[in-house]
Amino acid sequence: MRVTLLAAAAEPSCYSRLTNEWICGAYLVDRRGELVDATVEHVLITVSALVFAVVIAFPMALLARRYPRLEGGVLGLSTGLYTIPSLALFPLLVPFTGLSPSTVVLGLGLYALTILVRSMLEGLKAVPADVRESALGLGYGAGKLLWRIELPLALPVIMAGLRVATVSTVALTTIGTLVSFGGLGDLIRDGVETNFRAELLAAAVLCVVLAVLLDALLVLAQRAMTPWTRGVRA
Amino acid sequence: MTVLADTWRYLTDAASWQGPGGLWARTVEQLLLTGSALVLAVLVGLPVALYLGHRGRGGFLAINISGVGRAIPTFALLALLVTAPWPGPQEFGPYGRAGLATLLALMLFALPPIITQGYTAIREVPDEVKESAQGMGMTRWQQFFRVELPLGLPLIASGVRLALVQVWATATIAALVAGPGLGRIITEGFYRSNYSKGIAAAVVVALVALVLELGAAAVQRALAPVPREPQQADTVRESLSGT
Repeated sequence: MRVTLLAAAAEPSCYSRLTNEWICGAYLVDRRGELVDATVEHVLITVSALVFAVVIAFPMALLARRYPRLEGGVLGLSTGLYTIPSLALFPLLVPFTGLSPSTVVLGLGLYALTILVRSMLEGLKAVPADVRESALGLGYGAGKLLWRIELPLALPVIMAGLRVATVSTVALTTIGTLVSFGGLGDLIRDGVETNFRAELLAAAVLCVVLAVLLDALLVLAQRAMTPWTRGVRA
Repeated sequence: MTVLADTWRYLTDAASWQGPGGLWARTVEQLLLTGSALVLAVLVGLPVALYLGHRGRGGFLAINISGVGRAIPTFALLALLVTAPWPGPQEFGPYGRAGLATLLALMLFALPPIITQGYTAIREVPDEVKESAQGMGMTRWQQFFRVELPLGLPLIASGVRLALVQVWATATIAALVAGPGLGRIITEGFYRSNYSKGIAAAVVVALVALVLELGAAAVQRALAPVPREPQQADTVRESLSGT
């Protein structure tokens, strides 16, 4: 007993084996590098997955709008992906991608696709027909019509979908720890395996903070890109 | 693709379905976990959501719970629950310690869609219908049970249905903390580079998800107060408000 007390005195950090506190300032300072690295990896994986999803989802949405017959198939495909459990998605990809970050990026991107295709399609379809006709009457070509008229008008709906996709991708990235590229999820798993509470809680909280921050960033971006909507609400 | 052939062989081999860690036993475990988590979430979330919808208050809360809930990684929640000194004993019925933690994490995961949809369902019953019910002399209880609840039921059911499939697929992450369910077979196959085994379990998960989805859709259709045609719903509305 005496030995234990001495050991505790020698290592006052609240994250020592003896106390195992949930919240520990000393841990945050000591392991700052580790936490920053994991957060950076988390952000990189999340952002690349979202970029990948947007790049794939946009042509899919355009195709589905252009050819209504494809719409059911496109939506069915992207929704079907959702029935594959997140835990199974990464092992399913490993035979093709190996143990690399691209496994996680691909998997998360496929998940985000569901939400993005749906919102892009909805946003584009909601552009009033008379607006499109007047643009055509003004001599807008198909490309110019899309970029200058339809996309800006569809932006609020698309951004709403992007926000949902972003927040859930941040949360899902943690599962990437299964293939050792889970960002903060790696710390969470390490926390469980070594029963290290300070690490566990810090990583979990960072994850939520990250999701809220990215969401706020998107809201700001949307406000900057659609200045005309601000007057309406006020 | 030899992996796919091996997966088929694993799925059709009777031996892989038997025993305590077999596909069959794990499927039952996961169904039990999913079912109880969903029942708990409905018991906890639905009364709150319906009450808020009926009073027409707390909309901000009900809608934002969904956003906040999505931001919390289920894995982090699960990890916290497994490491925490509670909930209770090492063994807890058919669930086990890790299973109990998963049960709670899944319940919290299922709450947002149930609360948001339940609230919206009651809130969006047209005002004129509510007013005519009031005009007919119904008490608040009668208004709620005989008008608002039946009309909101399809949307409430769609929230529960959404939660059901999500909870079922997410329940596999119990394996990350050595809990029950098909996730165990997925991770076992993965860690031992026996990919066909992992893929086989994933296929079972996806198939059951499909069955659950179709079953839930059938239940939802049966619950519609006025079957199928939206025009009929309008006539009911008109006949009520016309009195």
